[in-house]
Amino acid sequence: MIGAYVSSLNDCFFCENVHGAMAQHYYQCDTHFIDQVKADFTSASISEKLKSLLAIAGSVQQGGKKVTAAQIDLARSFGATDREIHDTVLIAAAFCMFNRYVDGLGTWAPQDRQVYIDRAAMRAKDGYSQSSLKK
Amino acid sequence: MPYISVDENLPGVRALLAFRPETATPIGALAEILLRSSDSLSRADRELIATYVSSLNDCFYCNHSHGEIAVCYLNGNRDLVDSVRNNYQDAAISDKMKSLLQIAGKVQQSGKSVSPADIINARHQGASDRDIHDTVLITAVFCMMNRYVDGLDAYTPQDMSSYPLRAKQIVEKGYGNHVFLQAQPDKE
Repeated sequence: MIGAYVSSLNDCFFCENVHGAMAQHYYQCDTHFIDQVKADFTSASISEKLKSLLAIAGSVQQGGKKVTAAQIDLARSFGATDREIHDTVLIAAAFCMFNRYVDGLGTWAPQDRQVYIDRAAMRAKDGYSQSSLKK
Repeated sequence: MPYISVDENLPGVRALLAFRPETATPIGALAEILLRSSDSLSRADRELIATYVSSLNDCFYCNHSHGEIAVCYLNGNRDLVDSVRNNYQDAAISDKMKSLLQIAGKVQQSGKSVSPADIINARHQGASDRDIHDTVLITAVFCMMNRYVDGLDAYTPQDMSSYPLRAKQIVEKGYGNHVFLQAQPDKE
């Protein structure tokens, strides 16, 4: 969800849909729910902890220095651990890399969102290692 | 002051890598391939791209860390590295490098900011597919690393004499988990 959210902020269609579909698979929800989280996570039916982590991710997307101590404190108040804060920042940062890689080289992306949804279960099972990405 | 509890004896990204060795390993492997290859783009070229992007992202630690590594590869020419940061169009670098830095500057803003004209210009200056690919990916990687370092408010050494020491260590040993597993380079 963090990956999909950051990719939507970076307007990277491919990444937004690959990872949105993955989140949809893991949450066992529908596309509408994922779209709601992306559009306005503050009013989505997700935990306060996840909301606070998405706020941090949104700041990372703008720039590392946009993350504030207040955002970190809020995340901690909702139970976020050092590991969760670390991973949130690194995931957000990683998608700032992947989104630029994909769009910076002008790659093509299937426009039909169902294509991504159909592939999510297989990707969830096989993971992201090199060999599995050839399928 | 870092936002998470890290080893205060490790500077910048090194403290973050030590916090999570499982992600440190692939990050180090990626850095080793992208920044230490010398096919087509030289190591100096690669570190100059990294330095330029880090200066655009206003990440002090990465800008000066990779700037000093570039200085090593450029036989101490710190003025050249500064000129790339400040105005690469007038720097004493090849036209091919200028065209690649133009692409890097666009990618730093957004992948979508790269235009076909930028690519045509680079090809006109002799850039290969590999050069263009690696320029985009190095830029993208530093858009990640700069955010990782500043997003967690990693400790940024203000003592500028420490940067050349760590740079020498990287030039000699490359990137990898040794940067946080071994003692930090001290004054000679």
